[in-house]
Amino acid sequence: MSSDSRQPRLPAPELLISGHSACQGCGASVAMRLALKALGEQTIVVLPACCWSIIAGAFPYTSLRVPVIHSAFEAAGAVASGVRAALDITGQKNVQVLGWSGDGGTFDIGLQSLSGAVERNENVLFVCYDNEGYMNTGIQRSSATPQYAWTTTTPEKYPKETPKKNMADIMAAHKIPYAATTSVAFPDDLIFKFKKAARIQGSRFIHILSPCPPGWRIPSDQSIKVTRMATQCNVFPIYEIEAGDNYYINIEPEGVPVRDYLKAQGRFSHLSAEAIEQIQRRVDFEWERLLHKAMMKRFGE
Amino acid sequence: MSAGLKFVQGNEACVEAALYAGLQFYAGYPITPSSEIAEHLAVRLPRVGGTFLQLEDEIASICAIIGASLTGCKVMTATSGPGFSLMQEGLGYAIMAEIPCVIVNVMRGGPSTGLPTCPSQGDICQARWGAHGDHAIIALTASTLQDVFEITVHAFNTAETYRTPVILLLDEVVGHMREKLVVPEAGAIATVDRLKTSLKLGMDYHPYLPREDGRLPMSDFGGQHRYNVTGLFHDMWGFPTQEPSMVHGLLRHLVDKIANNADSICRYKEYYLEDAHIVLISYGGSARSALHVVENRRVRGERLGLLELQTIWPFPYSVVESKCANARYIVVVEMNMGQVTRAVKRAVAHPDRVVLANRIDGVFITPTDIRNILRLIQGKGV
Repeated sequence: MSSDSRQPRLPAPELLISGHSACQGCGASVAMRLALKALGEQTIVVLPACCWSIIAGAFPYTSLRVPVIHSAFEAAGAVASGVRAALDITGQKNVQVLGWSGDGGTFDIGLQSLSGAVERNENVLFVCYDNEGYMNTGIQRSSATPQYAWTTTTPEKYPKETPKKNMADIMAAHKIPYAATTSVAFPDDLIFKFKKAARIQGSRFIHILSPCPPGWRIPSDQSIKVTRMATQCNVFPIYEIEAGDNYYINIEPEGVPVRDYLKAQGRFSHLSAEAIEQIQRRVDFEWERLLHKAMMKRFGE
Repeated sequence: MSAGLKFVQGNEACVEAALYAGLQFYAGYPITPSSEIAEHLAVRLPRVGGTFLQLEDEIASICAIIGASLTGCKVMTATSGPGFSLMQEGLGYAIMAEIPCVIVNVMRGGPSTGLPTCPSQGDICQARWGAHGDHAIIALTASTLQDVFEITVHAFNTAETYRTPVILLLDEVVGHMREKLVVPEAGAIATVDRLKTSLKLGMDYHPYLPREDGRLPMSDFGGQHRYNVTGLFHDMWGFPTQEPSMVHGLLRHLVDKIANNADSICRYKEYYLEDAHIVLISYGGSARSALHVVENRRVRGERLGLLELQTIWPFPYSVVESKCANARYIVVVEMNMGQVTRAVKRAVAHPDRVVLANRIDGVFITPTDIRNILRLIQGKGV
């Protein structure tokens, strides 16, 4: 194998240009760059309030070379539905509508609008870039925040007791054509999934794990490494769900203990050995469950 | 927080005052520039046996405090422009069902997402008329951290006294400003406890039948008495009705219970008004710049005075009218396009003497901005 073939083969269009206002080590900017490389310039981005409304926003640091509508926080699903309808009415069926929300705009305030849109099977690609909290307003918890993680509204003494919501399963429960998880630490997988999603008609959902160095309390040069560990230890498995039922696991885990992933981040620095053990058991259980779902497909074949 | 001298942020002063007033339940959703209220309460409220909840949006936030208040707790939520817009239906429900609650709106530039990190006072009229239908509302504001503390306690007291939502309109500068605050000893500021019915278990309790003094005793929902709660027009048991005389009577009651008590709800401060030729009227953060101008000009012998409003709604028409009776000019200083100015023009004998000194560009209004308007009025040029 030549050295060139090991280089990631990124599609050419560079639709996120340099000089944007994301933090150092921000996963959201990497996610958008790769996603737009896969989708190309015939894309309209619908963006509710989130970190990306800042990253995309202020002139002359505005960074996207595609049209952006920055919508109300709770409304990405509805605004995208309207944009899609008008594109179809005016005969522009080849234009891709990309609903691009953070975890707050997907898991919390935006869930009603998103659920409505995918239930109607709107021909839109919805993306959640998930940094596991309200990072833009100063690191408050969301329902994507992992159990026991520190945030400003879940201080160490009064932690978040509930586990993270499983958004991919919620979307799959709508029986949409395509739902998937991916991560900025696996760019080839991310680009593959966006290219695949672009060819599918109807509602598609891609959940991207996207690190936030200030919110996760990690050094900015460690953000990709830590994010990769999330998948290697099964905290964030990478898989696809077709037609709501057929699960495919795309990346095999590497047996890394959850402890290594947690210890790499300041937001988990207060966890006791028992808490880590409890999280490990939960992760193991969820992974088993995912394996079973993926097996069911094999049995059905 | 113990009593005594502190150096805190405006949002933190609001938190301390809410706890002083007996806050037990807070539900909210992060939004700049109010998020520090949630962040401090996430730590402080569990320590005093209360509950802090972060909800999935602002609709949920106001509805959760309505549920908790009805069931017997003192409650609060905090938000800013877009979140306040989402809360309007819940606000109307709390007015209709007569459920005491405090809603803090740390105002930022609008409409829509607007200017999340910049000061504005653009939600004055939304506070008055944001909820649909005829109704009365109480909205308070403050300019210093000491006043934030006192007005926040007043907000809780007023909500309990009149069984109604009270809106606390802070602005980004007041919310984020740090200055000294003297936290009073317990009991130094009177706090109003919830008025509970003295009717015993099983007796026929009427949740919507006012006493002779106009107050409506409450019974913790699901407790000793069974009653109905609805956003529909309702009778004295809380059951829905379309009977015209009852509909008319309830709407009159909702409006009159606040209109008839406007004097005791009304709070204001005045500076050098006795002989003032030019009266400045301001509130919230803007009043700090207005006071600076007044004190500066007084040193030079100019007869300026300041009327600082702390109760915005119900609007203190009679106070404004009397304080401005001898004024040659009335300059309303605010960070919007004249929302209080409209009310001032309705209050005074000579509306043509009312001038607006404002800023609507996301920059805090400065003494220089006010001075420029004064120079124009006085024919001195800018």
